[in-house]
Amino acid sequence: MDDYILEMRSITKTFPGVKALSDVSLAVRRGDVHAICGENGAGKSTLMKVLSGVYPAGTYDGEIVYDGEVQKFGGIRDSEHKGIVIIHQELALVPYLSIAENLFLGNERKGRSGLIDWNKANADAAALLHEVGLVENPVTPVGTLGVGKQQLVEIAKAISKDVKLLILDEPTAALNDNDSAHLLDLLRRLRDRGITSIIISHKLNEIVAIAQHTTIIRDGKTVETLDMSAPDVDTDRIIRGMVGRDLESYYPDRESHPGEEVLRVEGWTVKHPTQDRLVVDHADFDVRAGEVIGIAGLMGAGRTELAMSIFGRSYGRFVEGRIFVHGNEVKARSVSEAIDHGIAYATEDRKKYGLNLIEDIRRNVSAAALSKLATRGWVNGNEETKVAEDSRRDMNIKAPSVSSIVGKLSGGNQQKVVLSKWLFTDPDVLILDEPTRGIDVGAKYEIYTIINKLVAAGKAVIVISSELPELLGICDRIYTLSAGRITGEQPVREATQESLMKLMTKERELAA
Amino acid sequence: MTRTVGPQPGETETNQTPAEVADAQAKATKVGTSDIRELLTRNLRQSGIYVAFFVVVVLFAILTGGTSLSPGNITNIVLQYSYVLVLAIGMVIVIIAGHIDLSVGSVVALTGATSAVLVIRHGAPWWVGMLAAIAVGLLVGVWQGFWVAYVGIPAFIVTLAGMLIFRGLTLQVLDNISLSPFTPQYQKVSSGFLNGLLGGNGYDAFTLLIGALAVAGYAVSGFRTRVARIRYKQPVESFPLFVARVVVVAAVVMYFAWQLAHARGLPIVLIILGVLITVYGMITKRSVFGRQVYAIGGNLAAATLSGVKVRMVNFWIFVNMGFLAAVAGIIYSSRSNGAQPAAGQNFELDAIAAAFIGGAAVTGGVGTVAGAMVGGLLVAVLSNGMQLQGVDQSIQSVIKGLILLLAVAFDVYNKRRAGSSR
Repeated sequence: MDDYILEMRSITKTFPGVKALSDVSLAVRRGDVHAICGENGAGKSTLMKVLSGVYPAGTYDGEIVYDGEVQKFGGIRDSEHKGIVIIHQELALVPYLSIAENLFLGNERKGRSGLIDWNKANADAAALLHEVGLVENPVTPVGTLGVGKQQLVEIAKAISKDVKLLILDEPTAALNDNDSAHLLDLLRRLRDRGITSIIISHKLNEIVAIAQHTTIIRDGKTVETLDMSAPDVDTDRIIRGMVGRDLESYYPDRESHPGEEVLRVEGWTVKHPTQDRLVVDHADFDVRAGEVIGIAGLMGAGRTELAMSIFGRSYGRFVEGRIFVHGNEVKARSVSEAIDHGIAYATEDRKKYGLNLIEDIRRNVSAAALSKLATRGWVNGNEETKVAEDSRRDMNIKAPSVSSIVGKLSGGNQQKVVLSKWLFTDPDVLILDEPTRGIDVGAKYEIYTIINKLVAAGKAVIVISSELPELLGICDRIYTLSAGRITGEQPVREATQESLMKLMTKERELAA
Repeated sequence: MTRTVGPQPGETETNQTPAEVADAQAKATKVGTSDIRELLTRNLRQSGIYVAFFVVVVLFAILTGGTSLSPGNITNIVLQYSYVLVLAIGMVIVIIAGHIDLSVGSVVALTGATSAVLVIRHGAPWWVGMLAAIAVGLLVGVWQGFWVAYVGIPAFIVTLAGMLIFRGLTLQVLDNISLSPFTPQYQKVSSGFLNGLLGGNGYDAFTLLIGALAVAGYAVSGFRTRVARIRYKQPVESFPLFVARVVVVAAVVMYFAWQLAHARGLPIVLIILGVLITVYGMITKRSVFGRQVYAIGGNLAAATLSGVKVRMVNFWIFVNMGFLAAVAGIIYSSRSNGAQPAAGQNFELDAIAAAFIGGAAVTGGVGTVAGAMVGGLLVAVLSNGMQLQGVDQSIQSVIKGLILLLAVAFDVYNKRRAGSSR
């Protein structure tokens, strides 16, 4: 009989309107490194939040058996108490505190007087750092360390809590090769000491290198669990499991007649705003009039960063690269310059970056091109209302009137307001970042129809999406992005989910 | 409201049933949108302040046996609080954009002192003093705007520093002593009246004429807006309702003018105030700049990604605040007939309170000039009424504080309710 440290049985988790997990099961053997794979939004993170008690017992169906007992965690503290520690992709360290202070935050080393015994704390910290192979002084502020080292501090913190089951969510996404290799090494050493790990990762070659078993999740369901020691299991096998679903037939038909080149980007290179690493690395691509191109990439591949940096350098630090609109080089150093050159960008996070939620539809639609409605600095309110009314009709925005507050609309209707706003700037090229994220199937179809109408009118459209079927359903060509580099370009008739996924996970070969 | 009257999507908005129109007349004075419930909830905070103002006015009229509405007292309120209202115009714009300005009291002192040194100590003509004050106010605005907009330091810090810096400069300029008195022309700004120009028998005909012109201007611009809206097939209030609105406004304005005409005539400062309110009301409502201020306050990231030149807008917001602080400085120095080292203390708090009581949101993106004016007048009428009643200064302060707290609590409560209904 196998010794399972963790069994999650038939976990079902529902959010209002969405079934995030449906009947998911996961069994992890003691002493394994167990990988979980799946596309963005497949439900991996939700599953880990159920496990760690972020979603407390009672908010999901199914049972969690850990260490031979059924567990009902009411919160993170409960699961940590039992030795389950989760390390999120966004690290939860306080940058201004020292390594030692971070390690013992909430678990301070107190002396007899009740005050913190700093000598003991720093000595204990040094021992922990030694265990994870981090050579740093415990009094160093965490904020001065690189991401890789911060990750090690997180793991040291987990060890200090007597971790038995360590969960790492995308641990190597932000790391360079050396740091990744070091981290994987550390996981092996922890395994030898009897600590079980669950690792969520998009980097399939790393998974092949380190995991004993891999569970694949797709659309909120467990697909299969692979024994990595079996002879035929490789990255291709995992990819097949991750994408093995049919193209849904809800993409409207469109005839493709690409015209002249509208936008061409050459050698586009951008640095992270604060860290010294390239987020976009010599990216080249182009898009023609009447064409939809897709940009596919996994989380952290630099898709949004690429789009935003082109859109008036709204992200990161520009290093080099050239933008051509209709064959002429343009400098788009600010958002307003980008808009003037006919570039529009609809953000992936419409609530945070796309809309003024406390204002009405009218004022959101006009926000990016107010000057078109103004003479000598004065806005023609009636003209503005007319424009908004036209958008409401053309886009089928379901709202009582154009003076409805945007924050009260549904996701699909909010997205239509965002599109209206950018269409009113009359762009030549429209970059849509996750245009259908978080909206229902019917509204998705409407968005696709709008995209088709735009390209029929001669616009160029760039769609960034995590959903490969979506890209395959609406694009003419698809570029794949991995670790900031364009790793491939495929016409849609040649592309399959497998071929794209292969390109999206290909990075090391190129670097070599 | 117990039933929904909003039209279904696709239905044109002008097709209101008579019942809906009647509802509108009962529930609101103006039908801007056909969804009356939405109009009401949306304007609840704005209309709440008008109701509160009305209640306070009536309350003190009763308590003081009509004294608070006497011609002399109305004139007094206008003269006494005009500079706070001027500051509140600038302050509400600052607050809509999501900032705050703690330095305006010191700037009032500094600009007044500059003017006093030139006019009183060096004998310069009155207008030189005023221009110099405006110039100093603009420089202050440029200074603070630079730090807030281009260096990115929070306005709270920049203007807290400004509060200290400009107070210190005031002491320097004045050599730590008060200067007085101004020439009679200078004093006219705050205590002068335009009267007797057209004669009148026991009242000032000129004041009544200006009041009538204001009413006519209101009616004509309202009518032109209405015609334009009809041309664009926008919903408009029914014609009788429009007339009723104009008549009500006309009655209030003419009553006010009548009272002034029977006191000392039309205060010059009221003309200044009227012009500023009209101009800034238009700027915030209808200009590109004004819209961008709301956009920045509503969602800074979205405004940036929509091509709004956020730095430039923030910079000009503070330059404008400096300008208005200088105007207030001139009015205040004129009214106090000199410059004192301690002038203008706590003015920033009065202006901030006016903006918040008038419906501006702490988180930015919401607020109107008109609201801030009513908020300021509410505090003015309240203070004035309590003074007439002989309420102790300490109690007055407590009550003003409670009013501010309640106003913002009302705002927070509304927002939470709006959020939960989503």
